[in-house]
Amino acid sequence: MHRFSLGTLIAGAVLGEHRAQPQWRSPPPKSAYAAVIVGGGGHGLGTAYYLAKEHGVRDVAVLEKGWIGGGNTGRNTTIIRSNYLQQESAAIYEHALRLWEGLARELNYNVMFSQRGVLMLAHNDHDVHSLKRHVYANRLNGIDNEWLTPQEAKAICPPLNIAPTVRYPVVGAALQRRGGVARHDAVAWGYARAADAMGVDIIENCEVLGFMRDPRGAVAGLETSRGPIRAARVGIVAAGHTSVVLARAGLKLPLESFPLQALVSEPVKPVFPSVVMSNTIHAYISQSDKGELVIGAGTDQYISYSQQGGLHIAAHTLAAICELFPQFSRLRMLRNWGGIVDVTPDRSPIIGLTPIPGLYVNCGWGTGGFKATPGSAHVFAHTIATGEPHSIAAPFAIDRFSTGRLIDEAAAAAVAH
Amino acid sequence: MAQTYRLARGGRIDRASPIAMRFNGTTIEGYAGDTIASALLANGIHFVARSFKYHRPRGIFSHGSEEPNGLFAVDRGGARIDPNTRATTTEAVNGLSLRSQNHWPSLALDVGAAVDVFSALFAAGFYYKTFMWPRSFWRQIYEPAIRAAAGLGRAPTAPDPDRYQHAHAHCDVLVVGAGPAGLAAALAASESDKRVILADEQAEMGGSLLHDMSSTIDGSSPWSWLEQTLARLHSRSNVQLLPRTTAFGYYNHNHLGLLQRVTDHLVNPHPSGPRERLWQVRAGEVVLATGAHERPLVFPGNDRPGIMLAESLRVFANRYGVLPGQRAVIATSGASAYTVAADLLAVGVQVTIVDVRRHQDCAVEAAALRGAGCEVLAGHTVLSSRGRKRVNALLIAPIEAAGPIGARRLLPCDCVGLSGGWTPAVHLFSQSRGKLTFDRKLDAFLPEASVRGESSAGAVRGSYQLSACLAQGWRAGAAAAGLTRERHFKASATRTGFEPVRLLPAANRQGHAFVDLQNDVTANDIGLAVREGFRSIEHVKRYTTAGMATDQGKTSNMNVIGLVAKTLGAAVPDIGTTTFRPPYTPVTFGALAGPSRGRLFEPVRTPPAHAWAVRHGAIFEDVGQWKRARAFPRANEDLQAAVTREVTAVRTSAGILDASTLGKIEVVGADAAEFLDRMYTNRLSRLAPGRCRYALLLKEDGYVFDDGVVARLTRDRFHVTTTTGGAARVLQHMEEYLQTEWPELAVYLTSVTEQYATIAVQGPKARQILAPLVEELDLATQAFPHMSVRTATICGLACRLFRVSFTGELGYEINVPADYGQALWDALIESGKALGITPYGTEAMHVLRAEKGFIIVGQETDGTVAPDDLGLAGLIGRGKADFVGLRSLARPDLVAPGRKQLVGLASEDARTVLEEGAQILADPSEPLPMRSHGHVTSSYWSPSCHQPIALALIADGRSRIGQRLHATTPAGVVAVQVRDPIFFDPTGARVHG
Amino acid sequence: MLLIPCPYCGPRPEIEFRCGGEAHIARPQDPAKVDDAAWGDYLFLRTNPKGVHAERWVHTHGCRRWFNALRDTLSDRILATHAVGERRPDPPR
Repeated sequence: MHRFSLGTLIAGAVLGEHRAQPQWRSPPPKSAYAAVIVGGGGHGLGTAYYLAKEHGVRDVAVLEKGWIGGGNTGRNTTIIRSNYLQQESAAIYEHALRLWEGLARELNYNVMFSQRGVLMLAHNDHDVHSLKRHVYANRLNGIDNEWLTPQEAKAICPPLNIAPTVRYPVVGAALQRRGGVARHDAVAWGYARAADAMGVDIIENCEVLGFMRDPRGAVAGLETSRGPIRAARVGIVAAGHTSVVLARAGLKLPLESFPLQALVSEPVKPVFPSVVMSNTIHAYISQSDKGELVIGAGTDQYISYSQQGGLHIAAHTLAAICELFPQFSRLRMLRNWGGIVDVTPDRSPIIGLTPIPGLYVNCGWGTGGFKATPGSAHVFAHTIATGEPHSIAAPFAIDRFSTGRLIDEAAAAAVAH
Repeated sequence: MAQTYRLARGGRIDRASPIAMRFNGTTIEGYAGDTIASALLANGIHFVARSFKYHRPRGIFSHGSEEPNGLFAVDRGGARIDPNTRATTTEAVNGLSLRSQNHWPSLALDVGAAVDVFSALFAAGFYYKTFMWPRSFWRQIYEPAIRAAAGLGRAPTAPDPDRYQHAHAHCDVLVVGAGPAGLAAALAASESDKRVILADEQAEMGGSLLHDMSSTIDGSSPWSWLEQTLARLHSRSNVQLLPRTTAFGYYNHNHLGLLQRVTDHLVNPHPSGPRERLWQVRAGEVVLATGAHERPLVFPGNDRPGIMLAESLRVFANRYGVLPGQRAVIATSGASAYTVAADLLAVGVQVTIVDVRRHQDCAVEAAALRGAGCEVLAGHTVLSSRGRKRVNALLIAPIEAAGPIGARRLLPCDCVGLSGGWTPAVHLFSQSRGKLTFDRKLDAFLPEASVRGESSAGAVRGSYQLSACLAQGWRAGAAAAGLTRERHFKASATRTGFEPVRLLPAANRQGHAFVDLQNDVTANDIGLAVREGFRSIEHVKRYTTAGMATDQGKTSNMNVIGLVAKTLGAAVPDIGTTTFRPPYTPVTFGALAGPSRGRLFEPVRTPPAHAWAVRHGAIFEDVGQWKRARAFPRANEDLQAAVTREVTAVRTSAGILDASTLGKIEVVGADAAEFLDRMYTNRLSRLAPGRCRYALLLKEDGYVFDDGVVARLTRDRFHVTTTTGGAARVLQHMEEYLQTEWPELAVYLTSVTEQYATIAVQGPKARQILAPLVEELDLATQAFPHMSVRTATICGLACRLFRVSFTGELGYEINVPADYGQALWDALIESGKALGITPYGTEAMHVLRAEKGFIIVGQETDGTVAPDDLGLAGLIGRGKADFVGLRSLARPDLVAPGRKQLVGLASEDARTVLEEGAQILADPSEPLPMRSHGHVTSSYWSPSCHQPIALALIADGRSRIGQRLHATTPAGVVAVQVRDPIFFDPTGARVHG
Repeated sequence: MLLIPCPYCGPRPEIEFRCGGEAHIARPQDPAKVDDAAWGDYLFLRTNPKGVHAERWVHTHGCRRWFNALRDTLSDRILATHAVGERRPDPPR
């Protein structure tokens, strides 16, 4: 890999950009690989990277229907945190957070991980109860999370309106200081470049049309829009399109795909130093390096693959933002877009084996996918390489939907009496 | 400053209405009808801004919503400060104050401009490759520096004093854009009786007609045709004209978002009126007549102040009476620039045309200007520009037939017009999910297949001839209204046609040739990105940030796509466009939020005795949308003291609670009992009329969903209560099963939550308080035992009287028509005065029930708790074959050992009130990560037990009663004893009192 | 925002409705006889197709009736709606 350093940057500036090299190759697909990853988002590219780096499996292809990082990797609000309630969730998100902390140097690609702190607001007794439960549970797991008074929260995020007279006053907050945001596209590109350097083939514009099976029923390869590709190990990391891909293998999962919207404001000078989330008011907001306020909106209520939600969803979100931050009312929405999130019944991902030998799946991240990227990719690579779930991934197996051992993150947010 | 660049005559400005504004502290003058941009230019101010990344001096570049440079902080007084406001679309208003942005210490002297010197270091994607060493510097130094450099204007710091409104409209035909095509469409559609809305983003309708001095339509000048047409549309009652209204988003099923600017153009707007209005229009048919944007030419130094789009020179001269300069050079690759030249010549500007095309390709338009005193240099390229704060010359050279660049020549000038062709504004069409097709001849993506209910007309379809725009508009409007009437417009010919040039030919590349002016993206950046492997147009956009500025790439998109295609040697349609996302132009947050602010953000629901509670000093808590009285503290009482007094009153005399927020559903019908059997865990068909039962509702996954009291009034009529938060969802849940699973059951469900006020009277003296008010009903336990219901008369009101208790005391819940709730409350207070009746709030209610170990759904449960976990397996009707959720209770994980079970906890120190949410540990000395054995669900000081009490869900909790565990506290841990969850009156004798 | 033709009330904006997810997932006649895997499938397994989707809606802020719809999940076009119990129409081409 052509490493980036201050020297190479200056050389590029002096000698001209014509010396620039592709950050990853664009090879034609080979007829066979040791392993094939379907889905060129952060999770898929990261899986290929860790397969090559940690498991020595370098004969890997990543197949992407469109262009890499074009799905939810490039459409989310880039929030990273690990302060999840359930022990299993906290473990995988914390695993990810630790990898995030060293990712730029590991990949020699600045993913601009900014540990600005994530503030989760409490607006009533029920929120206090729920967030304190998070704080205590996280601390037992060695995950940083602390309880703040409204005044302390305002010190972390000065634009916050903590007047007790508003419709839903801020009565406290939980703060994870190690949480923050990152530059989403760079995560896909950084993994792509690093995986490519170890021999991984990244194949864009390659859609999976069908699955090849061997006489035992195990996976033997894929029919694709760029021809058949044989592989005994196939990992599906297709986020919102997982159901569509798996249907071609005759598999059905407990997944539904919803349009999730996000929006940004016009760029302004630094005004918002942390990430703020409010479950009760349904708002989350941060400021990007470019100066845009990045705001997460909700999902539409119906499944859809259209990447286009209704205007009322964004309007509702901005009402919440203006309620919390009335000084932002005159800012303007610059872009509003949608992604397709695959949601499981317990709002936790599915990672692991499938009924088809050699076929592995990593999906159902819902709205939590981006923050999990390195952790998800890391444990999934282990699963594909060894044929056994990584210990952190084991609780996220498919069979929990028949045993009832759900990992319900929505649980603690249940509505009050 | 004076209007030294204002023409003596002409324009659509109102010279009788002069205005004055401030720009960076200097007064500038203008007239009503000006935009900020035209006023600045009239005052001879060409250098107005610094660019985003390199801080280069910039001037007004366009005349409309595509403007990349002219962005200001506009101060309208008070807290009304709007950053990043486009000068070209903001109307000049007397008293406005404008400030340029993104510079320090001043516009003229900007330290940030040093970046321009080292700009080669800051090529596309540079930040991904650096700022990584040493690691700690990222957080401390690099990131703050990057962030401080980014952003444009400053966000306001004070709350917005303005109001915004939402309007919802339905129409048969919505026409977007009031240029020639849109006007013709509206004319045609309004000949029917259909409702027509015509929306246009500008202050004045007319589009290109507003700066067209030379065409004719049906023998009239453009301005007089426009006047007649608008008069005709105004006179038609089925037409609504919405100027200053931008259709910004095209959503599902012909739902469009429009933003109307209501007051920003007024000096003294009515204080109570809305500043902006968000229209949500559901249209039967939509006609998009959204026009086209001119493309700039890309060459080094194409960004100096004084350089703008060619058509904009014409607009400023003709529409605003502004002289853009004395000596203009128009660099072009197309014919429309010759019309610009002619119009500039007409107002006395000296004009030279530099046309990239060969002589034979521009001979027709060149001939038309012959003798007008305009030099036409065909077959020439522009190599660079000169001038610091305003362009003063262009360096040009002939392109020899064989390809090389000929002798250079410096053309002195003080303004430059660029015309690289036209790009149809297909944004809304694309948002409507219509398919685009690439037209090689027009070098443009054009609307191809519409989704239903949409058609496009005019320049958005690549039709640049005035006559064609009018004809298409008419046809589209007529068809949208279901008319077949034809009309022919006779219009003079428009000069059209251009040769796409991605990057002007040059011998070598030096200096920045800007593609995206606002984000400072150069042609080199695009080339670099492609060479680095970013081949998809979306990748190029994201890597270089081209097209992601506040103008969303309206002038740059086609040049970027073209450059990528050229670099890759691919065809433009193979590159494709980036996705067009709403909004077309940025939309104020406040307008999208609309009236949903403050009290209207979420409506507040209040129970009947709310006003009484307010008068009596209650403090309130939010429970869903409800405001519930949390406690009624007396003077000098804190919350704890008030709760202690209220709880004690209930235990010793009586308390009164407004419980009207409880959900109430009436379940009626021959199969009502059967239906309830299938919904609830309990066997409710065995309930005798006049009796009630505490009942659990599960979801199909087996977890507790809601609870309440089911009362059987008669054989076929039940009164069911739900939790406060569950009222709506329980009704929905029941309706779903009734209608979709068991439609054969004869059952009707009616919400009566709002119909009944529910007043609870609880305590040993409850009966004494009630008795004098109730007629013809024996309240004695034998006649009216615990868990019974009667219809009765109280204070002369028909009521549903429940003998139930959520406190463990003798108690009643009285349901009367909601309007009489306050009257009943008053009567009970009066009746109980001598007996010490005490109003209590939700906090005391919580303590009272926790002392009894009663659960609250949402507090003891969290969507993962099954009946047995709560010790409530007894509520599952024995022998029931099925009810919603039963099967799930047999799943392996629900019968596995180790499930969390509800228990009580007592702090060993008898002092510490645990925090709700605290975690339970077996061994506090265990290293991290520590195993959590459960968590505290409820915790209070118990006035009745004189000790802290807590409820908790603990793994195998019931088998651990008597054990010592630990609970986390803010300071560390505290030892707790596991015990039975019933702390008070364990035998339950008191309810029968 | 979708425009949904309620079979009882006519076309109304989406905010009057609640989506009830995939249609035609029959509740087992005798749940006790269904094994854990099959019960899990009934509870959670969904087709989630890209294309025509048979789904349920309820006109919450209107007639409060449940009904079925055929909608294309790629275009979000509603192809048909029909009352519960009525035969599912063939999607128009």
